[in-house]
Amino acid sequence: MKLELGSIFIKDIQFAAESKVENETLYVNKEEVRQIILEDQNFKSADVELAKPGESIRIMPVKDVIEPRVKVQGPGGIFPGMVNKVETVGSGKTNVLKGAAVVTTGKIVGFQEGIIDMTGPGAEYTPFSQLNNLVLVCEPIDGLKQHEHEKALRFAGYKVAIYLGELARNLTPDVVETFETPSIIEGFKMYPELPRVAYVLMLQSQGLMHDTYVYGVDAKQSLTTMIYPTELMDGAIVSGNCVSACDKNTTYHHLNNPVIHDLFAEHGKTLNFVGVIITNENVYLADKERSSNWSAKLAEFLGVDGVIISQEGFGNPDTDLIMNCKKIEAKGIKTVIITDEYAGRDGSSQSLADADASADAVVTGGNANEVIELPPMDKIVGYADVADIIAGGFDGSLHADGSITAELQVITGATNEMGFNKLSAR
Amino acid sequence: MLKVVHYINQFFANIGGEEMAHVPAEVREGIVGPGLAFQQAFGEEAEIVATIICGDSYFNENLEEAKQTIINMVKKYSPDLFIAGPAFNAGRYGVACGTIAMAVRDELNIPVLSGMYRENPGADMFKNSIYVVSTKNSAAGMRDAVKKMAPLALKLAKGEKVGASAEEGYMPNGKRVNFFEKERGSRRAVNMLIKKLNGKEFETEFPMPDFDRVDPNPAVKDITKAKIALVTSGGIVPKGNPDHIESSSASKYGKYDIDGIMDLTEADFATAHGGYDPVYANLDPDRVLPVDVLREFEKEGKIGSIHRYFYTTVGNGTAVKNSKAFAEEFAKELLADGVDAVILTST
Repeated sequence: MKLELGSIFIKDIQFAAESKVENETLYVNKEEVRQIILEDQNFKSADVELAKPGESIRIMPVKDVIEPRVKVQGPGGIFPGMVNKVETVGSGKTNVLKGAAVVTTGKIVGFQEGIIDMTGPGAEYTPFSQLNNLVLVCEPIDGLKQHEHEKALRFAGYKVAIYLGELARNLTPDVVETFETPSIIEGFKMYPELPRVAYVLMLQSQGLMHDTYVYGVDAKQSLTTMIYPTELMDGAIVSGNCVSACDKNTTYHHLNNPVIHDLFAEHGKTLNFVGVIITNENVYLADKERSSNWSAKLAEFLGVDGVIISQEGFGNPDTDLIMNCKKIEAKGIKTVIITDEYAGRDGSSQSLADADASADAVVTGGNANEVIELPPMDKIVGYADVADIIAGGFDGSLHADGSITAELQVITGATNEMGFNKLSAR
Repeated sequence: MLKVVHYINQFFANIGGEEMAHVPAEVREGIVGPGLAFQQAFGEEAEIVATIICGDSYFNENLEEAKQTIINMVKKYSPDLFIAGPAFNAGRYGVACGTIAMAVRDELNIPVLSGMYRENPGADMFKNSIYVVSTKNSAAGMRDAVKKMAPLALKLAKGEKVGASAEEGYMPNGKRVNFFEKERGSRRAVNMLIKKLNGKEFETEFPMPDFDRVDPNPAVKDITKAKIALVTSGGIVPKGNPDHIESSSASKYGKYDIDGIMDLTEADFATAHGGYDPVYANLDPDRVLPVDVLREFEKEGKIGSIHRYFYTTVGNGTAVKNSKAFAEEFAKELLADGVDAVILTST
């Protein structure tokens, strides 16, 4: 499967009478975006704001971040099984508005959404401070249930992202990258001497708004399975999560999965990137055993020499991570795991909820409990008052001047377990 | 300018080696020995106002008194920082550095810093209590040690935030600290996997808790019938050290015949160990490798027999990895020779 991914660089975002891309600027008709959101009768009002790199803006509470993309050539459309039909994506041509994003906000569960600061120390921890963001502030109708609110907001995000992505359909990309995954046999013939590597992508599926969708299927209802890496670039996997902000994989992360990109960078050079195994993080022991058995079995079936395993979330999913690692190592397949740590505010507690000697190669996204100081911002997009209750915040987190003292956990994407960031810990 | 008091042992003060390890604590104004390198690294930011010198034996044998004397000496200068060492792989010096640094910190409430080789026993004892910079294993690594220790020393003295161990050069101390790597996590994972796949050395960013626990074997059923072997890390070898086992960081072990030998004597045996005072071991090598007592037991029928060979190495700065490799090899021979139990002696 072969995909040509074309990037159109976006350096600025502005409201205008007509939505278009011109001279690296994304122009957005605010009213059209509002109307897209309000198509859903679950919202009583909607506002749209801009947040650019370096501006004194705090966005909170953030639910998801989505990159605008459009399918230019080849079967299917972006977000298959969710917005577009269930066509197999991942081949042909896709254009991306690189440098732009749609950010959805709202008080859904309150404590399970995050913060994006566009400047200051907080901005260093989140990759989304570097993007030209279109922020959706949507007010649900009275009495709307949380899971309905989550779903409505999730779809608002996809639809606006697709609306913006359409603007790139007829543009000539600034850069085109080609990603190709041959069949197992072809790959083996092409690189008989290279070690064969798969990527085990763990999807958050603890349930009740800790959900990830694959072609529209709730991942917790699926057995461990396989997917071409380029399918993710077309939005085959999306986030439906309301979990701790720092290590949730937003839809933006799935579209730009860094493990996939970095394995492709080595493909045909130092290793043979065979494909992606997707597995879930369910809460029942039998599910954990079954899913990790299948991860190990598929890795063996593919005949790989090594895997990288990435995690989402912490605590309970640590057990899935260690089971996957242990069982795959037991097959004689070498593993590297990517996780993050909850080592307490002083860093001296046990970092993971589970451990095993076979997990001897670990990459960490940092200690999510470390306390940070976020200075006041000139403008708050969303609701500042949740600072005391979001995961990582505590009573007294929000100070009178608008500054926040909280654990790193509050920052969206800060300790990402796909290895999206440079943050680490020792 | 920040004031620093520096602690070193008799060797680094150029007083003498092991034979002068008994000298009591003394204080000298200004720089002595390795203090010069620190002073150069500090430039105008800090000054070593005094150097305290103490013999390693004196310190460890007169612990409470030495501690109190040295704390009083330090107090007089009301320094902003106390540096002990670096001790490299000198075990007693390392323990002394760790002990006095911790005492100074606790008593005088000033920041302290030491430096040691990772296998110095003082490292394991103190790395979780005070900042211990990881150094090379001998004084030849002084430049490298000062290069790492001086910037951390200044940070500590100024009360600045200390970064992660990987950035600052101190040994991981059980407290996880965040910092920004040069490459993103996914790239680091790919690099790590490539190394692992190719059998190359790689460093995990989060070591799993230590699993190296050895469960004791069940008790020997009938000791009066058991064949017992002697194994030591105390360096007892036939006089002249025929296999040239190193006095430190041993890369090999020896296997020697004691058939018919009832008693180890000064005439035929000695220690090759360079890490402890060998006088009493050389006078009577049975003190380290108890052949004489076991022969009596053998005669009295308290044990079955003594194995014909003993195995020996020097446990002085010797890598755990080496020790494991030695034992893996000779344990097979012991089993093949029908040995039922082993007495392990250390020093």
